[in-house]
Amino acid sequence: MSNQGFNIIVLIKQVPDIEKVRFDVETGRIDRSSAPGETNPFDLHALEAGLQIKERFGGLVTVISMGPRQAESSLKDALARGADRAILLTDARLAGADTIATAKALAAAIKKLGKFDLVLCGEKTVDGDTGQVGPEVAELLGVPHAAYVCEIREVTRDSVKVVSDMGDKYLYELKLPALLTVTRELNSPRLPTLKDLLRAKRLNVEIWTADHLSEIIPVNQLGFQGSKTKVVKVVIPSTEHRKGLILKGDDAVEKIGEIILREVAGG
Amino acid sequence: MTGILIYAEANGPEIHPISFELLGKARELAEKLGLEVWSVALGCRISDKASELIYHGADRVYIYDDERLRDLNVVAYKNVLVELVRETKPEIFLLGATPWGRSLAPRVAAALDTGLTADCIDLQVSENGKLIQIRPAFTGNILAHIETVSKPVMATIRYRVMKKLPRDVNRRGEIIVRRLEEIDCDGIKCLGKVSERGISLADAEIVVAGGRGLKKKEDLKMLEELANLIGGVVGASRPLVEEGWISKDHQVGFSGNVVKPKLYIACGISGSPQHLAGMRDSNIIIAINTDPSAPIFRHADYGVVADLYDFMPKLINYLKERTGKTA
Ligand SMILES: Cc1cc2nc3c(=O)[nH]c(=O)nc-3n(C[C@H](O)[C@H](O)[C@H](O)COP(=O)(O)OP(=O)(O)OC[C@H]3O[C@@H](n4cnc5c(N)ncnc54)[C@H](O)[C@@H]3O)c2cc1C
Ligand SMILES: Nc1ncnc2c1ncn2[C@@H]1O[C@H](COP(=O)(O)O)[C@@H](O)[C@H]1O
Repeated sequence: MSNQGFNIIVLIKQVPDIEKVRFDVETGRIDRSSAPGETNPFDLHALEAGLQIKERFGGLVTVISMGPRQAESSLKDALARGADRAILLTDARLAGADTIATAKALAAAIKKLGKFDLVLCGEKTVDGDTGQVGPEVAELLGVPHAAYVCEIREVTRDSVKVVSDMGDKYLYELKLPALLTVTRELNSPRLPTLKDLLRAKRLNVEIWTADHLSEIIPVNQLGFQGSKTKVVKVVIPSTEHRKGLILKGDDAVEKIGEIILREVAGG
Repeated sequence: MTGILIYAEANGPEIHPISFELLGKARELAEKLGLEVWSVALGCRISDKASELIYHGADRVYIYDDERLRDLNVVAYKNVLVELVRETKPEIFLLGATPWGRSLAPRVAAALDTGLTADCIDLQVSENGKLIQIRPAFTGNILAHIETVSKPVMATIRYRVMKKLPRDVNRRGEIIVRRLEEIDCDGIKCLGKVSERGISLADAEIVVAGGRGLKKKEDLKMLEELANLIGGVVGASRPLVEEGWISKDHQVGFSGNVVKPKLYIACGISGSPQHLAGMRDSNIIIAINTDPSAPIFRHADYGVVADLYDFMPKLINYLKERTGKTA
C-alpha cells in the first residue's frame, strides 16, 4: 500500500513576523533580528492540504525550504505537524536569490528526490509577496499547475480537481504530477501538540548545500549569481501628506456629510 | 525595430481594462526607449478587439482567436506566448498583476529563463536607458527599485496604477491574426466556471469599510445602508472576513483587494500596515474611530474621533435629508 501512496512535496519558507519586524528607515533594510522567524502563513495551509491527502490516501509528505540555517525551526514545526521528511537548502551560494533562482534551487531539489505526485505551495509569501515561485517551479518541473486553489474537490491516483479563485472561480482538472498554490480559504492548519513538538525536536532536518544540487543544475544558476533581477535601490515611501483634519463633536456629522456629498457629486 | 509587448487579458469576449492601462504606460516608455508597442490577445471571438488595442496605443497586435483558447488554460497560453516572444524578441513584456496574470507570467518567465518582477506600481527609465521596475515590498513598507539583467524584461503591473490614453479611433496599426495548428495544453483542463466574483472591490469608486470596531455581523447593515445611499461598495478588514461575517471578495488589504477609490470611509479600523497596503492610495480617506491615537488617522484626510454606533446613524440621517433619499 505505502508504495502506492502519494509522494507529496510542500514548499515552505520562513519569513519574519510581519507584524513585529522593524525597518531601518535610513537604509530601508529589514532588521531580521528584530522579530523571530515564523513559517509563511500561507504555507501552513499548503502543508495542511498535503497532510490531509496523506491521511486519506497514504503516502509521504516531504517539506523543503531554502533559507538561512534558522529556517530549520520552521521545518521542525512542519515535522511536528506530521510531515515525514524535511530538507533545508542552506548555503551562502544560494543566498540572495530572486524568484527564478529560488525556483531553480527548489525544482532541482525536487528532481533530486525523484518521483513526486503533488507539489504544494502557498499562494505567496508575506515578505517576497510575489506568488511567482510556485508557477515557476511548475514550469521548471514541466508539470501543470493551478494557482489560488481554495478547494480541492477530488483526488484520484492520477488526477486532482481543484477550484482556483481568480476573482471568478474556475474548476480545473490536473493530471498528476502537478503543482498547486493554495489560499488561506482552503483549510485551517492544525496546531502541533506539545508532545508533537517534543518528538519533532529529535527528528532530523536534512541539510543540503548547493553541492547537493550541482548534479542537477550548475551552481552559477542559483543564488545571487543566478538571479535575473537585481534590487538597485530600496526607498521608504514618502510619508503621505494627508490633511489629517481631526473632527469631533456634532459638527463632524455635517462636515463629513458635506465632504461625502462633494465627492459623490464630483463624478 | 523591436518593441514592448503587452499581454491583453481577455476572459470571455472582453478585454480587461488593465490592458489599456499597460498600453498607456508602454507608449510613454516606447517614446523614451525608441521602441514600438505590441500587444497580444488570446481567446475566443476576440478578433474584433484588436482595433481597440490600437486605439489605446498599440502599433501592432497579434491575435490568437481560437475555440481551443476559450478557457483560461495556463499551459496552453504559456506555450503560445513563449513561442511569440521567441519569434518577435520584444525588449520588454508586461502583463497585468491580476490573479490570472500572476499565474501565467511566472510560467512564461521560467520557460524563457528571464527575470520577472511582480506587482509593480511604476516603471521608469534610468539614465543609462534601463527599465527600472518599482514594487512595494514588505506589505508596502518599502519600495524596491529593480533592474532585470536578462531579456525580455518581464513584469506584472498592478491594476489601476497606470493611466490609459484617451481612445483615439484615428490611430492606425497592424493586426496580425495567427492560426494555431496544435495547441499543447498538457495535463490541465478547465471544467468551467463555478462562481462569479461577488463584487469587484478593485473597481469601486466609493468604499465604505468596516473593521473590528463593529461588534456583530448585523452591524454591517449600517455600512451597507451608507454604501447604498452614496453608490459605494462595502469593504472590510481581515478579522471580519475571518469571522465569516462577510466574504473574502470584500477584504481590503495586503491579502485581500487593493483598492483605489475616490472615497474610502474606514469605520472602526485601526490602520494596520496590512490594511493600509490595500487602501492607502485612495483619493480621499475618511476615518471614524474612538481611539484618537489609531494609526489610521495618520493616513486619513479627515478623521472623526467618535463611536461609530453614535456617528454612523447620524451621518446616514444627515445624508438622507440632504439628498432626499430614503433608501
Ligand atoms: C500575513 C498577514 C496578512 C494580513 N492581511 C490583511 C488584509 O489583507 N487586510 C486587513 O485588513 N488585515 C490584514 N491582516 C491583519 C492585520 O494585521 C490587522 O490585524 C487587521 O487589519 C486589524 O483589523 P481592524 O483594524 O478591523 O481591527 P483592530 O486592529 O482591532 O482595530 C479596531 C479599531 O476599531 C476601533 N473601535 C472600536 N470600537 C469602536 C467604535 N465603537 N467606534 C469606532 N471605532 C471603534 C478601535 O479603536 C480600533 O482602532 C493581515 C495580517 C497578516 C499577518
Ligand atoms: N525560499 C523558499 N523555500 C521554500 N519555498 C519557497 C521559498 N520561497 C517561496 N517558496 C514557496 O513559493 C510560494 C510563493 O512564494 P513567493 O513567490 O515568494 O511569493 C511560497 O508560499 C512557498 O510555498
